[in-house]
Amino acid sequence: MSKIFAQGLVCPLDKNNVDTDQIIPKQFLTSVSRDGFAQAMFYDWRYLADGSPNPEFVVNKPEYKGASILLTRANFGCGSSREHAPWAIKQYGFNVIIAESFADIFFNNSVNNAMLLIQLSKTNIDLLFNRCQQGPQQWQIDLASQEIMFGNNAAMGFNIDADIKQRLLSGLDFIGSSEQLNPQIADYEQSRKASQPWLG
Amino acid sequence: MAQTLYQKIYASHVVGKLNASTDLLFVDRHLIHEVTSPQAFSGLKLANRSVRRPDLTFATMDHNVSTQRRSLDAAGETSRKQLEALAANCAENRIPLLDLTHPDQGIVHVIGPEQGLTQPGMIIVCGDSHTSTHGAFGALAFGIGTSEVEHVLATQTLPQQQAKTLKVEINGKLSAHVTPKDVILAVIGKLGTAGGNGYVAEFSGSAIRAMSMEGRMTLCNMSIEMGAKAGLIAPDHITFDYIKGKAHAPKAEHWDAAVAYWQSLYSDADAVFDQIVEIDAAAITPQITWGTNPEQVMAVDQSVPAPESFSDATKRDAAERALAYMGLEPGQKLTDCKVDVVFIGSCTNSRIEDLRAAASMVQGKKVAAGVRALVVPGSGVVKRQAEDEGLAGIFTAAGFEWREPGCSMCLGMNDDRVEAGQRCASTSNRNFEGRQGRGARTHLVSPAMAAAAAIAGKFVNIAAKPQGEQA
Ligand code: SF4
Repeated sequence: MSKIFAQGLVCPLDKNNVDTDQIIPKQFLTSVSRDGFAQAMFYDWRYLADGSPNPEFVVNKPEYKGASILLTRANFGCGSSREHAPWAIKQYGFNVIIAESFADIFFNNSVNNAMLLIQLSKTNIDLLFNRCQQGPQQWQIDLASQEIMFGNNAAMGFNIDADIKQRLLSGLDFIGSSEQLNPQIADYEQSRKASQPWLG
Repeated sequence: MAQTLYQKIYASHVVGKLNASTDLLFVDRHLIHEVTSPQAFSGLKLANRSVRRPDLTFATMDHNVSTQRRSLDAAGETSRKQLEALAANCAENRIPLLDLTHPDQGIVHVIGPEQGLTQPGMIIVCGDSHTSTHGAFGALAFGIGTSEVEHVLATQTLPQQQAKTLKVEINGKLSAHVTPKDVILAVIGKLGTAGGNGYVAEFSGSAIRAMSMEGRMTLCNMSIEMGAKAGLIAPDHITFDYIKGKAHAPKAEHWDAAVAYWQSLYSDADAVFDQIVEIDAAAITPQITWGTNPEQVMAVDQSVPAPESFSDATKRDAAERALAYMGLEPGQKLTDCKVDVVFIGSCTNSRIEDLRAAASMVQGKKVAAGVRALVVPGSGVVKRQAEDEGLAGIFTAAGFEWREPGCSMCLGMNDDRVEAGQRCASTSNRNFEGRQGRGARTHLVSPAMAAAAAIAGKFVNIAAKPQGEQA
């Protein structure tokens, strides 16, 4: 069975350790809404001091306009736990991020926003960056078969945690699926109160 | 079967299984603040859900508040709205809140322990990455995102998978002027900012046993900076003594039972860790970051490294970019480097021992001309104590600004920013590009190092010469 999770243009962001302060700087965190963060993504890199777009920054290059797959390096999303970071990335239009590694909290936050994060070896990430050097890339991501398909029958496999794959394929109901265990939660609360009354 | 401390805490919180490798864990304490909670509350409302355990939820205002004066208005319109949203959400859901009028208000990771909310064996979460701080008490504490905040509000649980375990064993005695901040910077320098990804790190060894609770908090606070999911230290009598008598500590009739339980919280002697790192405490010297992430760190008397000295190509590129951003040359000594701003504060280093260490460098001296220096205590409790002990007077007499509690210049969400191109000696935890203000150049150091830099107007190797001698 083939199930295309995403397809589209790839934007190569050739950096390690991209932290969430870079993905969305603090001045955008005073919002009380979940929306409106697309413009803020990579703000300090994306705009010059006068507010105009920085033509040197890869996301702004005309050939990457409309990209939906972000390719990057190691430890992407490190730093602050702000979920505004995946909100901004998703609202901009990326729903897949491919990297050598991700920071844990960022990874969870992204999955909770139905984004697919693909982790590959450094060698494979290098291969993908090499492909991007040949010109703008259009890839398809098949989540069921766990493959990145480059066209012309070329593909690269990836690993993904079975539970996360299941959640992404079935559509998320993050809180709802835990609420199925409400009776167990109530039992746990009771026994906790009995054995550790000081916890409340 | 032998278990690590992490595995013990994890196992005792399993409510049930969600999936093959995902467990639902019960959360003992949920700390919230104004920045990462508003969307969670609106999500709850939208889905007609309520807060399951307001009695296990505690809120403070910290990230966004002005530290100049205690007013919701003082840090701008959008900040005020966010602070008001928190107050309204807490009132509506009966969640206790330390707001700006409360004498104990402060940074969430300072007040949790101070109020006795943080206890061994608990699972503690907060929509903030430095929740790792609370691991100093032998609690499994980690940062979460806003969707997870909403999940915890609704269910008091969180889906989790078992993390790998890392033991960082630090033995030996720290030299004079070497602090827990230097220890954790040295550990991050060794392991790298991603070295802990996927792991929960337990710190152990004689250097840890000798550390005060405040030192242990500094250490665990920055375990997230090496990517670890959490930092952990097994509780001992230092932990119990710290907790005893705090507002939310177990009351007299439960105290002995609580301590008996806490004493079972350690990694079994034959527990197997996925990775072990050993560090000699005596070899650690005062540290300073030279780059734009915390692994770009060195001893203060070393020279700024040349990018070519890194064999790994990506580290080389990162060093090159960092030096350009920081306005530094390879081979340069930071002890020759002028500082413009000194910030003593943040959840890493704003507790009373931090302020004492800083004040000891300052007493009877003046902040160098042209340096802007501020001290932002971590909480109302710390502030009062520092004033009572005369530390505040030492700082203000020297020319430091003495502020109200909050996150302040750690991330500059309020009006405390470092200007573009300015160099800041900061006791906070992140030297990321733009963290303290666009174009700001942050050097992470200990409180004593920051205070010494304020007096000298440049970075100083405080371990090299007797205190008080002029450079
Ligand atoms: S002091 Fe800094 S790191 Fe700590 S909680 Fe506040 S903003 Fe975050």
